[in-house]
Amino acid sequence: MNRTARITFELNGEATAVTFAPHKTLLEVLREDLGLTGTKHGCELGECGMCAVLLNGEPVLSCLVLGLACDGHRVETVEGMAGPELHPLQVTFADLGAAQCGYCTPGFLLTAEALLRRKPRPTRDEIKEALAGNLCRCTGYLKIYEAVELAAARMRGEDAEPAEETVYGR
Amino acid sequence: MDGRAEGTGQPELRVVGHAQRKVDAVAKVTGATRFADDLVLPRMLFCKLLRSPHPHARIAGIDTTKAAALDGVKAVITGEALPIPFGILPVSQDEHALAPCRVRFVGDPVAAVAALTEEIATEALDLIDVAYEVLPAIDDPADAIADSDPLIHDYGDRGNLHKLINLEFGDVDEAIAHADHVRDDVFFYAGSTHLAMEQHAALAEWSPSGKLTLWSSTQTPHYVHRALARVLELSPSRIRVIATPNGGGFGGKSDPFSHEIVVAKVAMLTGRPTKCTLTREEVFYCHRGRHPVLMAVRTGVSRDGRIKGMHFRTLLDGGGYGSYGVASAYYTGALQTVTYEVERYHFQGARAFTNKPPCGPKRGHGTPQPRFALEVQLDKLAHDLKLDPAEIRLRHLAPAGSVTANYLKIGSMGLGACINKVVAASDWKRRYGKLPLGHGIGIACSSYLSGAGLPIYWNHLPHSGVQLKCDRGGGVTVFCGSTEIGQGSDSILAYIVAEVLGVAVDDIAVVTADTDLTPVDLGSYSSRVTLMSGNAALQAAERARDIIARRTAAKLEVPVDRLVFADQRVFDADDPETGMSFAEAVQVAEARDGTIGTVGSYTPPRSPGRYRGAGVGPSPAYSYSAAVAEVEVDPETGIITVPKIWIGHDVGRSINPATVMGQVEGSVYMGLGEALMEEMVYRGNRNVVHKIPSLLEYKSPTTLEMCDVETYLIEDPDPNGPYGAKEVGQGPLLPVPPAVANAVYDAVGVRVDEVPITPEKVRRALKEKEKGREPRYGPASFPDIPWPEPTIVPPPREGGDGRAIAGRKEAKFMAPATADTVSTAHPERQH
Amino acid sequence: MLRLPSFTYLQPRTLRQALRMKEDAGPSGMYVAGGTDLYPNMKRRHQEPQTVIALNGIRALRKKTATGRKGGTAEGRYVVPAGLTLTQIAEHRRLRKTYPAVARGAELISTPLLRNMGTIGGNLCLDTRCNYYNQSYEWRKAIDFCMKKDGAICWVAPSSPRCWAVQSSDLAPVMVALDAELLLIGPKGERIVPAARFYHNDGIEYLTKHPDEILTEIRLPLADGWDATYWKLRRRGAFDFPVLGVSAWIQWDGERVAAARIVLGAVGSYPQVIGEAADAVIDTQLDDEAIARAADAAFRPSKPMDNTDFGLAWRKEMTRAYVKGALRELRDRRPRG
Repeated sequence: MNRTARITFELNGEATAVTFAPHKTLLEVLREDLGLTGTKHGCELGECGMCAVLLNGEPVLSCLVLGLACDGHRVETVEGMAGPELHPLQVTFADLGAAQCGYCTPGFLLTAEALLRRKPRPTRDEIKEALAGNLCRCTGYLKIYEAVELAAARMRGEDAEPAEETVYGR
Repeated sequence: MDGRAEGTGQPELRVVGHAQRKVDAVAKVTGATRFADDLVLPRMLFCKLLRSPHPHARIAGIDTTKAAALDGVKAVITGEALPIPFGILPVSQDEHALAPCRVRFVGDPVAAVAALTEEIATEALDLIDVAYEVLPAIDDPADAIADSDPLIHDYGDRGNLHKLINLEFGDVDEAIAHADHVRDDVFFYAGSTHLAMEQHAALAEWSPSGKLTLWSSTQTPHYVHRALARVLELSPSRIRVIATPNGGGFGGKSDPFSHEIVVAKVAMLTGRPTKCTLTREEVFYCHRGRHPVLMAVRTGVSRDGRIKGMHFRTLLDGGGYGSYGVASAYYTGALQTVTYEVERYHFQGARAFTNKPPCGPKRGHGTPQPRFALEVQLDKLAHDLKLDPAEIRLRHLAPAGSVTANYLKIGSMGLGACINKVVAASDWKRRYGKLPLGHGIGIACSSYLSGAGLPIYWNHLPHSGVQLKCDRGGGVTVFCGSTEIGQGSDSILAYIVAEVLGVAVDDIAVVTADTDLTPVDLGSYSSRVTLMSGNAALQAAERARDIIARRTAAKLEVPVDRLVFADQRVFDADDPETGMSFAEAVQVAEARDGTIGTVGSYTPPRSPGRYRGAGVGPSPAYSYSAAVAEVEVDPETGIITVPKIWIGHDVGRSINPATVMGQVEGSVYMGLGEALMEEMVYRGNRNVVHKIPSLLEYKSPTTLEMCDVETYLIEDPDPNGPYGAKEVGQGPLLPVPPAVANAVYDAVGVRVDEVPITPEKVRRALKEKEKGREPRYGPASFPDIPWPEPTIVPPPREGGDGRAIAGRKEAKFMAPATADTVSTAHPERQH
Repeated sequence: MLRLPSFTYLQPRTLRQALRMKEDAGPSGMYVAGGTDLYPNMKRRHQEPQTVIALNGIRALRKKTATGRKGGTAEGRYVVPAGLTLTQIAEHRRLRKTYPAVARGAELISTPLLRNMGTIGGNLCLDTRCNYYNQSYEWRKAIDFCMKKDGAICWVAPSSPRCWAVQSSDLAPVMVALDAELLLIGPKGERIVPAARFYHNDGIEYLTKHPDEILTEIRLPLADGWDATYWKLRRRGAFDFPVLGVSAWIQWDGERVAAARIVLGAVGSYPQVIGEAADAVIDTQLDDEAIARAADAAFRPSKPMDNTDFGLAWRKEMTRAYVKGALRELRDRRPRG
């Protein structure tokens, strides 16, 4: 327990050094040693997707990545998504109610962000496939799909608005 | 959707009825929301609970010496440290934070360790020696009926039967004897759990001044406050409970829990802040989820499907403790009457103790199970009578404003509109019964409370309170004890106050769920918050508006009733130029009246029921839902997919349609999970362990199982709701499982009379069909239960006044004590 | 939070370093690739290495796929390095085209997040699973443990002398059906093992791989008029391990089946080759009758135990449907000529 490990890595675009107990996962290092509690945990066994972060641009389960394995790598968390303005995905998640309790939201945002970097114009089925590893108990996912589609359209430069039935029903 | 209250002569609504962000949305999408486990205090200890490996055992002794000696361990406590029992209901004070002498399920907490790190605390758990004397365990409620040895608890209505209910509203046997058609069916609804994504966590801090603060992911800070005061023997005034935003609740964070009490005790003993975050497996042991319920339903109908009499029996598998169970048991019989008229109604309910994690309230609390039975049986009745299942429902709707056989007062009632919407949208008339083999559609309806009419402990106090403070800068702060669990309760307060005071939602600060700062609200359960805290907020805001209006009117020399509060201004309706900013108006009022602060509160109306047991079921308003489910069933495998569900929900009025939509879709999701795959399973032959306490093996639908949902919002404003609003958080779950079951029948011609409807069960039923037997899978029978004498309450249509009439049943119907009683109670029996 | 125990983590750069580290660590050392199997097992204390040697920094395990060199041991084979992630396998253009069963098997594993971490080699070495075993230490204590870890009995079959944990890899039956070869490197050098001999029918000793050997390459037969597919049965479209897997391989001779292999996954402790099912389709045109005979032949020896999701009777029954489905799929895309 007295042993410590130290890594330097790129965290949300900034060079970061951190010292921690060597058996800790990236999830634990982010939350406990760096104070970035935006990354959540739901099982710590890779069975829910709450803890998704981007490692070298790819969404991974931070509960199953050792902190030590991140030395020299690039990590992005929800805290890095917004500058003075929200990221387009954050705007649409907020506006459409894609975040209810908000607990799964960071994992969804980062997984969706990785999808949109790879596929700026995903189909509904591609969104479902990409998000199939993130559980949400509040929304039934539908508002999440719509938020991803709306953000994707805006990130492509389109002047998109949500369909009226999305937020008002029929 | 311009927010105008059509035809009411009311001013245009500028906030209510408009889709918008929730007040906490930005915090949630930036990861800034601080959930309980995100909180860290200096010198904080980490606490872990040791749990029982036996389903039923006496504790002969606990040796904590080795654990206490481990380096880094700061406290080890056992049941001795917390001898006072607690429980959410006053009638079920049967839990201990740490079991002092008896464990009742695998996972029951026995001891706790607090240490410098979670790793050390975990290591120390294994060093605690507990000597158990193992007792026989009961894992089946049917065994609980017969077996009183050993008793799981030393209280309850009879042996291991925790609660027995027998309520009779009119002579049901007679009604059934004279009915044109009678059906007897038995159904089973499996237990399921909430599975909120956030694991429960609590953090306690003790100040040597004698003040305890607890932050917890609880839906009911007020009840936790009461439990802490009781168990820790502290004055409530020295305890502050702060409910952190819940990462999902669904009813699973509505009881006071062991870990909350334990961290408080440890903080008091060590003087150090102490946190306990449950693992996912421990969350399964906290449970308090959907009761497994076996149901027998005997219904007599007229030729056109009118329900003349219904005899409904339920047997609930309660698990190891009381929790909300007495209420849950009543709820399995309460709401059958508010959708379609039921002329006479007989309800018998039993809740058994078993050696499993305790069941309690999950979204729909006690009502999805009987709703499943009722709606599937109605589908069968429609078939028997050769009536369209949508039509049989539409024909016999319970009228708005009526009082049901069991004395529930219905307010607005939009179920007919819900049915018409989903029938039209799904092309029901052309498709029902006409789709090719393997494709089917089914319909079901439901209703739910907008808040329980009575509090959990008996009192005459308001159910919700709001304080409101107007700042001279134009900002407004709303204080309310209500708890944000993702449903948008914080936002509702802001919308309503913004509407009344004409300020922007962003001008409003919301302070909630803090027993030091906020007036009591009973909690986020029973879909009560929008109606109750909304009405309290409405009253507080109107009072503030009146104070400000009076002073502003004088200053502007305009009659007070001509003033309009809108666009952050207060102005003359006839001459909008004459006015001032809201901030200036507050200053005008503050200069004359001092600090501008008001309060509002809400107490539900009294229900017409006066019999014992009438407390469960009444609500200020009932929401209504109708759903059509489309399914595809592969006859070869039995695998079911649900491409689409159409749902209509009568919400009275949407305060924020976007959050209403979210609640409908989320309810459909959870209902779909229960319909198809979610189930709490125990290994009865292997020490009654939970078979699958993990997110991998407890099956929650992913994006790939979730269906499309087409939602219709029916707005039939209810006089009791703020701006007419009724609930939406729970009701839309209820029609989903029976709609799916009915659709499966339409697809492949077999009945699966239980949920979850798994491919295995579909195949079993298909095999029965192939063999020429009844094409059905489901429970065969309902056990004999030693019911107590019935409480007999003549229904309103038979002259009842809501009170039980004295005497035995035979006395009641055959040989009345006085001719008078009979003539009012049973006019049809006068020859 | 469920946490890892304390252990030593080593990050070799070369296979040679890795082998030496393992030798130094002895029996308490384990290799880890993606970590998606080992770390959950460590958190629940059913695998307890003192030293974990990470393979993901070794370049040789992540090189490009290629056809084996002439004269080398991989001649006539297509070489897939064991360290490629399941996402890389699922999206690999050549694999999707020529080895759709492999790509399909990979893309059906768990979730996109997990596939970004887990490797093909890790999946082939997946620890066998059982719902008496994949539980926390406290849970297992409540049933007095099982023989796979800390106990003496197999709770699935209490009278059995052996462990019945289930081989739950999706790619294992595919590799057996394809007759892939696996290259292992150990302290004593290299050896090539046919996939069918990589697995043991035992829940504890489920691999023939020695613990100090590293699986470095998967060598697939080159395309040569054969076709294969993989069907997976599970509750949900993501997350879930198979409760039944069927991999079918057909060597076409015109419209006639010249050779076949049908392999069941997730119904036993190893991928089960069903010779009688293959025999039933050889020399046929995969007509419905032949397919039905094969399905019957696969049904009989399919003997799932009660230790996964779903009931064993239905899983066994589904063997028929899934064998039929897999063979029909191959028939329907038979090269016309």
